Amino acid sequence: MTALLKVEGLRVEIARRGRAMTAIDDVSFEIAGGEILGVVGESGAGKSVTGTAVLGLLEPPARQAAGRILFDGRRIDTLDEDAMRALRGKEIAAVFQDPLTSLDPLMTIGDQLTETIRTHLDLTQPEAVERAARLLAEVGIPAPRERLASYPHEMSGGMRQRVVLALAFSCEPRLIIADEPTTALDVSIQAQILDLLRAMCRERGTAVMLVTHDMGVIAEVADRVAVMYAGRLVEVGPTARLLAEAAHPYTRGLMASIPDMHRRDVELAQIPGSMPRPDAPVPGCAFHPRCPHALVRCASERPPTFAVGASEVACWLADPVARSAA
Amino acid sequence: MSGGKDTILSVDRLTVRFDASPSLIKRLVTGAGRRTVHAVEEVEFEVTRGSTFALVGESGCGKSTIARTIAGIQPPSGGSVSFMGVDIAGFRTRHAAMPYRRNLQMIFQDPYASLNPRWRVGRIIAEPILTHGLMTRGAALTARVAELLETVGLSPGDTAKFPHQFSGGQRQRISIARALAANPAFIVCDEPTSALDVSVQAQILNLMKRLQRERGLTYLLISHNLAVVAHMADAMGVMYLGRLVEQGDAAQILARPLHPYTRLLLDTVPDPRAPKRARARLSGEVPSPLAPPTGCAFHPRCPLANARCARERPRPLRVEAALVACHAVEEGRLPSCPPANENCLATSGDAA
Repeated sequence: MTALLKVEGLRVEIARRGRAMTAIDDVSFEIAGGEILGVVGESGAGKSVTGTAVLGLLEPPARQAAGRILFDGRRIDTLDEDAMRALRGKEIAAVFQDPLTSLDPLMTIGDQLTETIRTHLDLTQPEAVERAARLLAEVGIPAPRERLASYPHEMSGGMRQRVVLALAFSCEPRLIIADEPTTALDVSIQAQILDLLRAMCRERGTAVMLVTHDMGVIAEVADRVAVMYAGRLVEVGPTARLLAEAAHPYTRGLMASIPDMHRRDVELAQIPGSMPRPDAPVPGCAFHPRCPHALVRCASERPPTFAVGASEVACWLADPVARSAA
Repeated sequence: MSGGKDTILSVDRLTVRFDASPSLIKRLVTGAGRRTVHAVEEVEFEVTRGSTFALVGESGCGKSTIARTIAGIQPPSGGSVSFMGVDIAGFRTRHAAMPYRRNLQMIFQDPYASLNPRWRVGRIIAEPILTHGLMTRGAALTARVAELLETVGLSPGDTAKFPHQFSGGQRQRISIARALAANPAFIVCDEPTSALDVSVQAQILNLMKRLQRERGLTYLLISHNLAVVAHMADAMGVMYLGRLVEQGDAAQILARPLHPYTRLLLDTVPDPRAPKRARARLSGEVPSPLAPPTGCAFHPRCPLANARCARERPRPLRVEAALVACHAVEEGRLPSCPPANENCLATSGDAA
């Protein structure tokens, strides 16, 4: 099966005071058609920067310094602005955390939908209005035809995020980059939006790159998970396996630090220290100063990716040579 | 409610309303009436000394308003808040409120907004000590600030630094050191870890638990994160649209929730340890506190609602170690809840 999105050796640098800091370092992953890949990590791990790079929206001082991004077998990181804009919104759509930043406060919901639809699809205005109303009905907005005349401020946060989903799906994209799509919402509304996103993607075969800091959200919707740490991918694997038996010490520490609803009075596991910042990179494995299992080589040699079951793990502990010797 | 011997805080029929009316001129011109936000309505609960009481609920349910009222920032519209046996609404002057303020400190959600960016850490932590006249400037005060920094896991050398030189988790440690400075008995924690990453959250929650053990602190924890509440709370109250719908022993409520709202809320929380489970969904959205529904405020979203729920407000009813305000519970119409609260309300599975 060929991948819909293929990111190879992506490296993003941010220029600061004449020096180039590495925000994303040698990140490679794939998303198959119709697949939901969760990209998870803590603040500053580089998950949003990765999504921004795929959308072609990196702005100075950030720039792609190495690597390739392929969409449907075609290289898209070298496309000029016009070609990329034609692709964005049509083939690749985006959903961001705050629905108010994705919606124009001075335009009605209907105008925003029909503008997007007519930019990318060859439809007449009445046809576009028809399509917009159908989309609003599909995302669960009551009285969709009347709602076309509403402004974003007249809707609740949950309703606005439904409109953003309608916008994202308006031109039948094949890939959606969703960056913390439910972080600003209450849990009951979050569950509604996640259900809706998952149902719409399943129905249409739309692939999703879901960027989030919340392992709970990952557990709800993702088929596979990619865990990022300090600008690198440390572990990629099927969701159920990764949540149940993480292989990378960072992923294990992260899971253990999440309070368990059903077990109280246990001390939460702590990962000592904090994540290295891009202006102070760590040699070898970026996690080694905090890792309880670090080997001598971890401090100097950066671990390649090893296969552990269905997962891929960037950790020397997963090295089959070392494991057979042990 | 009468305060028992170990009760440190007693909240009785607390009501907070905000006037959201248009201006007088607008009201005269358009004929619009006055509008009132019913933020908190007749809330009653007690907190036992040395324990953690958690208030949970979604945005706008009134939990932060209660925290602000208890901290003395927001005056109540009705009812009373009694702290260490003294009614806080009775204070006439700032001076009279001082001893109360010393014993009651607050930690806020955003450690970037709650620390003065122009003050060095040493001054931030020394301020409550000086304000309450506990010590005067000098070597003893310097030593006390250093000791507080060490207590929260920072270094005494950090006193000369500014808040921007610290990470989010470290700033929350500074907030905790400041809250501890006046040696309080009670700390109101309003979403103390919501702005932090999970691994940092674990550090702060462990620190809070250790301080409670060592100093016998009492916490009022305001949180929307039920996993955090499960980890921290001895007792909890669940709020919906300004009212407490269920309160009691935290372990019991989390294991066997009774109110339909509590059940659905627990069912909507994504759990990384139980991926893609089938579960009931909470349909619809929270109604506006400007025009709360009649009867039980939850009835428009409740799968068990009947005509009585729409008409009559349910009164809190004692069930084991909990108080529940629900007609369905009272009338025995509640479906039994399987262990590990999976799909307590399967009837609404197609609701979302």
